[in-house]
Amino acid sequence: MINMKDFLKGSGFIQPIWVFVIAITVFFSFMSEYFLSVGNLSNILVQTSTIGLIALGMTYVMINGNIDLSVGAVLGLAASLSVGLQDYGITIAVIAALASGLVLGAINGLIVWKTGVNAFIVTLGAMIGVRGLIFVYTEEQSFYATNFAFSDFGAASIGPFPVLAIIFLVCTLVMHLVLKKTGHGRNTFAVGGNPEAALDAGIRIGRHMMINFIIVGFFAALAGVLLATQMGAATPNLGRDYELWTITAVVLGGTKLTGGYGSITGTLGGVLAIGILRNGMNLMQVPAFYVLVILGAILISVLIIDQRLNVHASKGVSI
Amino acid sequence: MSTAAMNRNAAHGASSSSPVLSLIDITKKFPGVVALNKVSFDVRAGEVHALLGENGAGKSTLMKVLAGKHQPNGGKIILAGEEKSFENPKQAKKSGIVLIHQEQSLVPEMSVAENIFLGSLPLKRGNRVDWKKLHADSTEILKRLKCTFSSRDMVSNLSIAKKQMVEIARALVFTPRIVVFDEPTASLTDHEKPVLYDIIRNLQEQGVGIVYISHRMDEIFHLSQRISVLRDGEYNGTLNTAETSEDEVTKLMIGRTLELDHASKPSEFGEKMLELRHLTVKGVFEDISFNVRKGEIVGMYGLVGAGRSEVAETIFGLRQPSAGEILLEGKAETIRSSHDAVVKGIALVPEDRKDQGLILGMNCRDNMTLSALGSVSSMGFMKTGEEKVVYDKYQQAMKIKTPSWRQKVGNLSGGNQQKIVIGKWLHTHPKLLILDEPTRGIDVGSKAEIHALIKELARSGYAVLVISSEMPEVLGVSNRIIAMYDGRVTAEFDGDAVSEDKLVQAITGQNVTDARGPAPAASA
Amino acid sequence: MASVEQGKQAIMLNKKYKAGLLNFLSAQGILVFFLICMFAFSLFSEQFLSQSNIMTVVRQASIIGIIAVGVTVVIIGGNLDLSVGSMLSFSTVLVVDLHDKIGPAGAIILMFVLTLLIGAVNGFLIGFMRLNSLIVTLAMLSAIQGLVLIYSGGKNVDIANQSDTWFAFFGRGYVLGIAVPVILFALLAIIVQVVMSYTSYGRRIFAVGGNPAAAVYSGIRKNWCVFSTYLISAFCVACAALVLGSRVMGSQNNVGQGYELLVLAGIILGGTSLLGGAGSVWKTIIGVLILGFIQNGLLLLGYPYYTQWLVTWVIIILAVWLDLANKRKRLFTTHS
Repeated sequence: MINMKDFLKGSGFIQPIWVFVIAITVFFSFMSEYFLSVGNLSNILVQTSTIGLIALGMTYVMINGNIDLSVGAVLGLAASLSVGLQDYGITIAVIAALASGLVLGAINGLIVWKTGVNAFIVTLGAMIGVRGLIFVYTEEQSFYATNFAFSDFGAASIGPFPVLAIIFLVCTLVMHLVLKKTGHGRNTFAVGGNPEAALDAGIRIGRHMMINFIIVGFFAALAGVLLATQMGAATPNLGRDYELWTITAVVLGGTKLTGGYGSITGTLGGVLAIGILRNGMNLMQVPAFYVLVILGAILISVLIIDQRLNVHASKGVSI
Repeated sequence: MSTAAMNRNAAHGASSSSPVLSLIDITKKFPGVVALNKVSFDVRAGEVHALLGENGAGKSTLMKVLAGKHQPNGGKIILAGEEKSFENPKQAKKSGIVLIHQEQSLVPEMSVAENIFLGSLPLKRGNRVDWKKLHADSTEILKRLKCTFSSRDMVSNLSIAKKQMVEIARALVFTPRIVVFDEPTASLTDHEKPVLYDIIRNLQEQGVGIVYISHRMDEIFHLSQRISVLRDGEYNGTLNTAETSEDEVTKLMIGRTLELDHASKPSEFGEKMLELRHLTVKGVFEDISFNVRKGEIVGMYGLVGAGRSEVAETIFGLRQPSAGEILLEGKAETIRSSHDAVVKGIALVPEDRKDQGLILGMNCRDNMTLSALGSVSSMGFMKTGEEKVVYDKYQQAMKIKTPSWRQKVGNLSGGNQQKIVIGKWLHTHPKLLILDEPTRGIDVGSKAEIHALIKELARSGYAVLVISSEMPEVLGVSNRIIAMYDGRVTAEFDGDAVSEDKLVQAITGQNVTDARGPAPAASA
Repeated sequence: MASVEQGKQAIMLNKKYKAGLLNFLSAQGILVFFLICMFAFSLFSEQFLSQSNIMTVVRQASIIGIIAVGVTVVIIGGNLDLSVGSMLSFSTVLVVDLHDKIGPAGAIILMFVLTLLIGAVNGFLIGFMRLNSLIVTLAMLSAIQGLVLIYSGGKNVDIANQSDTWFAFFGRGYVLGIAVPVILFALLAIIVQVVMSYTSYGRRIFAVGGNPAAAVYSGIRKNWCVFSTYLISAFCVACAALVLGSRVMGSQNNVGQGYELLVLAGIILGGTSLLGGAGSVWKTIIGVLILGFIQNGLLLLGYPYYTQWLVTWVIIILAVWLDLANKRKRLFTTHS
């Protein structure tokens, strides 16, 4: 069964997370008639689009060998700005919100690049600090959108396809192509896979890192704006724990924390796995609490499977 | 393939024209130390110029200055008559100076082509990679190197030798004028070395100047036309390879001649300390049988990848055998973990000093006592006074050079680091001492000291198993030699009466004429 | 031989003595920063340095401090523990809920046992299964939060008769005028610091964190060492839950949410490296206290509580950055 092993390792055509996605899809379609309906499927895409968008950027940052813990807070700030600034017009509010993501991403990236402080620490600080910014800006108030054009956007569809789902899928495609085909995408792999070698080869590792932090900041902000359109509101605590969900999705998709390895297709699988599990269990009327436990268990199982496969692949002593 | 059969100076037809590269009076200071003091060095086109020196003599620093990794504090770099100063490795590479690293500097999860063109991927409009050009150019370079693998292969799937080829291929992207090889054979098997030698000759024929850094005399005499020696950051002379001898070079390196002492091997053996019977770890090695007696030094000789270290790790409890047994003092034992091994009197000085032997951020004393913390503590509390006594004892016995026990071992030279690892194990008072490549990457002086130490330990009753891929080392210390090839013991020899040819036959899978054969029990 | 190395070392040693005071100050940078902060706040608020205020701050910091002591050991051992926040929720809900059902003694014992059990699960997965600690404890964070919600049915719990139970001692009691949480904090910190600095166990943990492979090749039972660090961390969480449950006499089911961040912030601020193999409980205490005093000082100056988060953001990065800059003798990295 050598092929089986290759297959599970993802060196084959289909990534293991997609096998899992298909398996739970089949499972839930037996458990609930409604599950495979077009309405429910696009529902899943809409529900996952928030985490999904951030996960796209997070994949870049993690392949690059870094991590961004501040995405939840950036999402919260962008959501608050996009609702809170609507007196100046929706366009300005949305632009300001997206710009906040770009700026915060740039700040994170610049600090990681110029100071050499570990990204985990830099973004842990930002995670706490940006939440502070939200509270300073909102003074602990929730904002409600008074302009219905804004909240209508979150529920809009083009034909049978919800706009949010389309945005998510288009972004996924673009991010996939950029990672696979462009100089920036390939250098992102190089920097994460062997920073020393990348540096010697003249790759500007700091710039690539910063660009990736800007990308993830932008997607976190975009997710925040879209989430606000869905809710027609923004609360100061919006986005708490989103970094956990995002990292979970990316790791489920096979991207390695150590950098240099991962894919957007895998991340899409990871995002869908979480979305389908939540949605399916909801349809089966399992309380949301159990989803937390089950997702934790799945994440650990994935780690165990991954490790087993790698231990047998290398002949070295596992320490 | 043996040293005797080597064709000295095969490529000595190279032109002796004026130098293509000259380093003049290069000085490099680091905070508190002068690493290079007015060192001059030159390379002619089509020449292999070997650069020798003990560890810490400044070879690597000099090459890093040349390759733009360090900026010199003084002196000039003249390339093809033009004075140059490189701010980073990429600039140096563009001028045709390429450093092939000791450490692998490849990105594992990328294709061969992407690695060859790392940092200079051909791009089309919109930052898109031009895959067609990338693979076409890479394939052409690989063809020049006579490589059999494809430019689309993933680097993580290649063998170490093939990875090295990719590194060399990378050197050919910019038409190189100078290629620096920094210990290129350290990770190559004897099979793979001739391929490297061919490549070097090929480069020579194209008029490329080669700087070749190595600790291995046989290679240097085989390949080079000139030899330059550095000592303590200073230039110590250049010799024509054809007109000199290993002794002369060694003398220049360490300031004295080195006598290889074959006579002082231990000669009185006790009972069998260790015996392996048909030991097998599935997929790694098979049917290993041999023994080591008290007071005896057994050498285990074989190529990298023959399964030698793995046998040692199994004896040390880091791998579990799938068949066969391990006997200690005649009793069959199951060794569950490295801790279990220590309790049972086994010590392993591992192959990789920095990754497996030492906690680099810890001080000398703490590293020394790490394997026998019980002996320097009571009720779990450390007795630092006794620790110091233990440290002093081994520090003096082995002449470990460090300003203080507080020094972090990461700051010591390779030889002194290795002595600390050995001291650590001696303090556990083992009955069986296994040393895996005990002198790899260690300078000539420390090497001799460690060899003497090994013999002394055996004479005082230790059973010693020495794993090595250096023939002079195995021949110099062993009473008996176990040859391994491809996960099996192929022959067992008397250490004093074996010819080099037969050893080479045994470790390369050829039939050995009149060896003692893989007998499970040696004559006791 | 190696005389270049020796020369380098000798010169460095020499320099060290000459610049002793300066080096001491830069090595103790965080302590200096701490004193400057204290001084600055005391200029603006007379109350700040009063004994009662200091005791209040220390008492408030004690819960994070107790957890941070345990997590410091995990980090020295080369791993992370992000699950302490939801573990705190779990243990607090458990002890408060069980208090009225089986009595305080039973509740405390059961809570300690179950908390240690969770620690053992962490330890097993990371120590024996050798899984990545960041992801495992991330998964445990969400799984434990789920367990708490399942257990409590999403409701908050409290103790009915709050004035009439000796359980109040741990969060509200005083011994010799010192609050019990502070005493617990100090006791745990001293014990753990002594264990880490003066025992062979501590030496092994430093070795395992410094270089896991070398530790194993030295005959150290690395798996057990890692496993034990998570038991220590869980034990500290259980102590913190005791204090928290007893002080509040009730619990929301997400009471510990975010504690893992504050704990990490304190540890990082103190100067313990996340890479493992280095660090100390003393540093962690200083880090936690700095956060506590900044929070308190800002409140006394009339700023809303969330301004401390902005300050935390800045000083965490500054602290690590300056430490790095001091080591590399250069403020910024040089690569492009």
